[in-house]
Amino acid sequence: MQKQAIFQSKLLPYALVAPQLAIVLIFFYWPALQAMIQSFLLQDAFGLSTSFVWFENYIELFRERAYFEAILRTFFFSFAIAVSSLSFALLLAVMADKPLRGSMLYRTLLIWPYAVAPPVVGVLWIFMLHPSLGVLSRYLRAAGIDWNPLLDGDQAAALIILAAAWKQISYNFLFFLAGLQSIPRSVIEAAAIDGARPMRRFWTVIFPLLSPTIFFLLVVNIVYAFFDTFGIIDTMTRGGPGKSTETLVYKVYTDGLLGGNLGSSAAQSVILMIMVIVLTGIQFRFVERKVTY
Amino acid sequence: MVEEEGFRRYIAHVILWIGIAIVAFPVYLAFVASTQDNAVIANGQMSLLPGGHFFQTYYQTIFVGTSGSTREPVGNMMLNSLVMALLIALGKIAISIISAYAIVYFRFPFRMSIFWLIFITLMLPVEVRIYPTYKIVADLHMLDSYAGLSLPLIASATATLLFRQFFMTVPDELLEASRIDGAGPFRFFWDTLLPLSRTNMAALFVILFILGWNQYLWPLLITTRDDMQTIQIGIRKMITTTDALTEWPIVMATAVLAMLPPVFVVVVMQKLFVRGLVETEK
Repeated sequence: MQKQAIFQSKLLPYALVAPQLAIVLIFFYWPALQAMIQSFLLQDAFGLSTSFVWFENYIELFRERAYFEAILRTFFFSFAIAVSSLSFALLLAVMADKPLRGSMLYRTLLIWPYAVAPPVVGVLWIFMLHPSLGVLSRYLRAAGIDWNPLLDGDQAAALIILAAAWKQISYNFLFFLAGLQSIPRSVIEAAAIDGARPMRRFWTVIFPLLSPTIFFLLVVNIVYAFFDTFGIIDTMTRGGPGKSTETLVYKVYTDGLLGGNLGSSAAQSVILMIMVIVLTGIQFRFVERKVTY
Repeated sequence: MVEEEGFRRYIAHVILWIGIAIVAFPVYLAFVASTQDNAVIANGQMSLLPGGHFFQTYYQTIFVGTSGSTREPVGNMMLNSLVMALLIALGKIAISIISAYAIVYFRFPFRMSIFWLIFITLMLPVEVRIYPTYKIVADLHMLDSYAGLSLPLIASATATLLFRQFFMTVPDELLEASRIDGAGPFRFFWDTLLPLSRTNMAALFVILFILGWNQYLWPLLITTRDDMQTIQIGIRKMITTTDALTEWPIVMATAVLAMLPPVFVVVVMQKLFVRGLVETEK
């Protein structure tokens, strides 16, 4: 796709792209390249000498049990966050799609959590479910659950998943609602005339027509769970107790910062980069096809 | 015609209100906590209704800060967040719109290579290159500065793509007409293209402002001085001390203050927000 009407100038276009190009080169490509180079280097304990070690950092990484567990954990978190948030948001969107009085008000009241920052989400949820002072913890304990997410790894993981899914509801809701509203009424009416009851109409007509939106949101939610949960985890559990809420991004952060193991941290960054590229690739391929049913 | 019977509608209303309650409860709780006495909260005896400490807590939060952990007025943190968010949003829009203009309205060697160079950055979120980026910013002596906070987050493929897409839909006749009027590339950009892009810019601004305000990992790494903290960093530092010492009303007041600007933007500029969100995800 190209414009037919254009301007003629030799230098002006370069001047116009220069600011963006400079920032992209300095703050994107240079560090990405550094990460790649660093992932092949090994620094001695005192930082005095570095040597080229080929793939040793990577091999070391995959031998490390903690890394393997972090991968599994991250995928599990992503899956749990995506499924719980998507299904709840879809339920709300289907309800809000009905011709109800006050539907605009409902939309407003459901979309604002998009604007709440991940660290704030973490603070809100740890406060609500704090073992000693959380308002909801009282009820959990009254129900006979020994609730202490600061000591129990599984409970900490559940808390992270809940909080992360909560934040994502509004985003998913908005896109589901837009997807539902783009389904032609005539299709649904035709199904109704054929005698399909509302539940059946939803599963046989609406749900398949919504599949592009669902797939798109699935990818977005996975990317979200990979990266944007950092703030939630950092304010709530800091990866603990033990390592039970340490995701891949969190591990890059702690290994580079606290551990000072830059080679390993760089290798982890490169692996993450590859994962993001794959996910984005899937998303683009899909968005290009737009509709598949 | 698909008519909903009364009963089903009633169910829909109920489910929606349950959803709203789930979404709003943690925030309501934060607000309630910010108006109560710390001792009561620490005992786990917090009431679910607002208390009487509203003015006192918010005054202390905004102008003084916590007495123990951070001691930095939250008002100052909010100012830092605001400057960072505005720099990111306006900076992204400015550099993206001119580079999209160059790519669409000019033919020059390496045009497509430059486009791809920008496009690929879409796949490199700051999280996957934090330490090398940190090192560069440190080498450029930009730690603890607004430039260091915003520059690495400014380059945006999304905004460039969005403007490129929009420019492609602008009819060629407009350019020809303004050329007949004797307009050069600057005049055309300023008098024709920019006014046409106003809605797109506003929608983008809403989204970018929220994203900028909510940045966390990057500011966490590159701010060391207390007076350069953003509000998202400040709130984490407030709860680092042992639980017994955490001043919960102030933490919660800070959480409320941290939510206020972006939530306000979403609610008040809802149309632009929805548009921006849908457009940037395309």
